[in-house]
Amino acid sequence: MIPATFECYRPKTVDEALSLISQYKDEAKVLAGGQSLIPMMKLRFARYPVIIDIGGLDELRFIKEEDGKIKIGALTKHREVEKSELISSKIPVLSYCASEIADIQVRNMGTIGGSLAHADPSADFPPVMLVLEADVVAKSQNGERTISVKDLFVSVFETSLKEDELLTEVQIPIPDNNMKFGYKKFPHPATGFAVVNCAVGLKMNGNTVEDIRVAFGGMTTSPYRDYELEEKLKGKELNDSLIEEVSDSIGEGKDIISDYYADADYRKHVAKTFFKRLANELRGS
Amino acid sequence: MEISLTVNGEKHTVDVPPNTLLVYLLREVLNLTGTHIGCDTSSCGACTVIMNGKAVKSCTVFAFQADGAEIITVEGLAKNGELHPVQEGFMEKHGLQCGFCTPGMLVLAYELVNTEEDLSEEKLRKALKGNLCRCTGYQKIVEAIQYAKEKV
Repeated sequence: MIPATFECYRPKTVDEALSLISQYKDEAKVLAGGQSLIPMMKLRFARYPVIIDIGGLDELRFIKEEDGKIKIGALTKHREVEKSELISSKIPVLSYCASEIADIQVRNMGTIGGSLAHADPSADFPPVMLVLEADVVAKSQNGERTISVKDLFVSVFETSLKEDELLTEVQIPIPDNNMKFGYKKFPHPATGFAVVNCAVGLKMNGNTVEDIRVAFGGMTTSPYRDYELEEKLKGKELNDSLIEEVSDSIGEGKDIISDYYADADYRKHVAKTFFKRLANELRGS
Repeated sequence: MEISLTVNGEKHTVDVPPNTLLVYLLREVLNLTGTHIGCDTSSCGACTVIMNGKAVKSCTVFAFQADGAEIITVEGLAKNGELHPVQEGFMEKHGLQCGFCTPGMLVLAYELVNTEEDLSEEKLRKALKGNLCRCTGYQKIVEAIQYAKEKV
């Protein structure tokens, strides 16, 4: 399969890329690793008059610790996130999440910035980024701004990035040592994408929930934090019956995706099961 | 657009349309047909090649993304008539039946034996996630790669 033809620009600096993006706006699509974009172009789900290949922007390839945060350049490959000793020592759930993405070959090309900007509702990173309360940096010719990941995902393949903005960096606050994180996904066996995925962060004080963060992907058109569920647990003594009771509300009142992979009831069932398993694993029982 | 790349140690400068995929450049412009096209949707891994030391699926990489890169295809594994240990392993352990997936398996195995310390069966099974063998010969493929790891 051959993608529709396009005009291709290969900027060498972020400034050059921003100028091209502002010149071509929605006529152009930014290509990072291409592991989602190229299949879509080959299947002709998408065609763009102009492709701006940012693969040459070496300034967007880094993983560093700064101001209590792990900062990851947008062009950092999933495999580099998976293998980074800095990340595995400070935020092990992120290394694990990266290792669950697709396969080695895709992880050798696919980038963290590309994945987040692509906003696939079934991608691996979003729920984990939501519970880690990560931010992304968006740059344009007018300057830069920071967007909280919870405000980034708008709908399927749609983000709050403006048409002249480029996602350049992901910033993840290094979590409190006492908060434990876990991630689970139920991948579709052929595509490897999550039918449902779930990330939980849990901080206990004895038997009491001091803080909890829960996020789901694959359930609705955008991955989401379940703040209502979190509120029902904060300050409460965590036991089997409470976990069971609160998990009943997961997915209620939401427009849950039903497709040929799984219907809405099945998705809710998987989400509840993942939440219960993660809550139990993280509380250490 | 003009791109330059090194394939199996040989430098090439070619002029291809922007929508050319790396696998077509290799197979149809450079006549290196050892790299196979299977699913053509980034699932099966038959098109796997090494790009700057990393295994990638050449059906899901534009040729221009390989501009300036060093590519190794299955044709580049053997040196001076001597098989690479992964090729020897696939031969010794009968790591193939029909052979269609083999170029991709060999090339992925090349990255694995060169970069991974732990090639236990469990790790290997996970590492092979992106390479499908529809003869389902995975057991022999795992044994072949483990054999190669011993020799590297």
